[in-house]
Amino acid sequence: MPAEVMMEERKSGQSKKAGFLLDTTKNLLKNKLAVIGLIIIVIQVLMAVFAPLIASHPPNEQNVGAPFLGVFSEGHLLGTDNYGRDIWSRIVYGARISLIVGISTVGIGLIGGIALGLLAGYYKKLDAIIMRIVDLLFAFPGILLAMLIIAILGTSLVNVVIAISIWSIPGCARIVRGSVLSIKNQEYVLALRSIGAGNARILLKHILPNCIAPIIVFATTRMATAILSTAALSYLGLGAQPPTPEWGAMIAVGQNFMWDAPHMSIVPGIAIMLTVFAFNVVGDGLRDALDPNMNLN
Amino acid sequence: MIGFIVRRIFQLLFLLLGISFIVFMSMHLAPGDPATIIGGPTATESDLEAIREDLGLNRPVLIQYVDYLKGVVKGDFGYSYQNSQPVSEAIASRFPNTIKLATASIIVAVIIGIIAGMISAMRQNSWLDVTSTTFALVGVSIPNFWLGTILILLFAVNLQWLPVSGLNNSIFSIDGLKELILPSITLGTSTAALIARMSRSSMLEVIKSDYIRTAKAKGVKNRTIIWVHALRNAMIPVVTVIGINFGALLGGTIITEQVFAINGIGRLMVDAIAARDFPVVQGTVLLVAAIFVIVNLIVDIVYAKIDPRITYE
Repeated sequence: MPAEVMMEERKSGQSKKAGFLLDTTKNLLKNKLAVIGLIIIVIQVLMAVFAPLIASHPPNEQNVGAPFLGVFSEGHLLGTDNYGRDIWSRIVYGARISLIVGISTVGIGLIGGIALGLLAGYYKKLDAIIMRIVDLLFAFPGILLAMLIIAILGTSLVNVVIAISIWSIPGCARIVRGSVLSIKNQEYVLALRSIGAGNARILLKHILPNCIAPIIVFATTRMATAILSTAALSYLGLGAQPPTPEWGAMIAVGQNFMWDAPHMSIVPGIAIMLTVFAFNVVGDGLRDALDPNMNLN
Repeated sequence: MIGFIVRRIFQLLFLLLGISFIVFMSMHLAPGDPATIIGGPTATESDLEAIREDLGLNRPVLIQYVDYLKGVVKGDFGYSYQNSQPVSEAIASRFPNTIKLATASIIVAVIIGIIAGMISAMRQNSWLDVTSTTFALVGVSIPNFWLGTILILLFAVNLQWLPVSGLNNSIFSIDGLKELILPSITLGTSTAALIARMSRSSMLEVIKSDYIRTAKAKGVKNRTIIWVHALRNAMIPVVTVIGINFGALLGGTIITEQVFAINGIGRLMVDAIAARDFPVVQGTVLLVAAIFVIVNLIVDIVYAKIDPRITYE
């Protein structure tokens, strides 16, 4: 094949990729809710990155003279808690924790899940073993698997990250395996095999990129679950320990002062809800944008 | 059908065996010597050795596991490290509350979810539809422990209509029902939201199908079309959603019990995890996982029952 033709083909491949990205982005931006979600996520990322600049106080700075100040108090936009700590600043730093926990759990979960899913989908012999283990992990409902792992490791935010990461693996593995199964017998894969491409090359360079759409959707909605679960575990006292400005832990403390200072638990709850809502609607939007056939409405 | 059920029950037994193995082994992997937890800080090395001997902790792990299984089959889950109470007793005393909460929540979720979804589908794009879909979106994003806190604040603290916490009265009394309202709404909301979304989209799809158009052409009343012809087919994916979310709901009981200070399995588990009381953790986790897989089996059977097209070959 002449070099120019090869270059041409490579270029058209790249422009196809760019076109796909552009189409997806366009479709996503048509979805009003997804745009709102994206805006919330961008705001949260900015809050997390520039926390020291945005927060008005250090998150753990106590002011014994001014506890339980209500929202819109002077110098304290969202009031103060029982130790006189500025709630706005704690929310800002809490965004950092939420995002870090969300990204790391989903990241680790994806690495484990993609590896297992690719192996299970591609190698029939491994499939039975891997999927039985995955089934077994699925037998633990909801947050229970994470709690079991915390029971072994002990209570801390790092252990929550490990627990939720492991809990993310089976779901991801199942999705990737499903995609691999539907792709691996397609003609282009058979063609690759016939020209002698190695298994690793076929899996990583040719099959994996075609599984990416469901993985992206899984990762986005999983962020929502991860953030919600971290908050729930911290609320139960199994995650972040005081004085960490974690949203779930803030609600737990606030609950003790519900009568006198309801804003202590209301404010972090709204923060969690907005974040989870944002990742959920962006996930839904991505699902529709990546696969127009899946939109039932 | 019977062959399918028998096969699934066999699978279930293996699954339960696997679950018990994972739970037992993870408790063994956990750092910390049970003997020191039981013996306390003052115990001498010979005391600890005696405790280990007494509990059979010196024997090979697999033998301990088999012994544990033998006990579990007879309903003996071992003894709590904290207060030496039999784990089965602790579970039995807490179990009714968890079942009450889970059942009430699933009822709330199914009723609210299906009604909201159906109304949405029948009045597509009306303000009712918009309200219901917004509720569904917010419902899946709201942390249930926070929703519980807000409900307590509103209905128990400010309005004083409902009790703040606990689940102490019989459900056949007014007080007992009142106690159940806030926790079941707290726990049921996210499932209701998912059911609403699912029933809406599946109802919309069914309404557009040919046989519904035929029914309309024949002059069948709208109400009959919806409730008699469409509902059954529209409910198939909804049953799946209920089945899949039952797990999340069971997980949610753990959190909701904490919010409303309900003495159920979830609270027992959380306290045991914090105190590293492994026999209790083991027993409660095993129980919840077992309920979950059994319910999943039932959902599968119901699924085949309501849709005769589904065969399990």
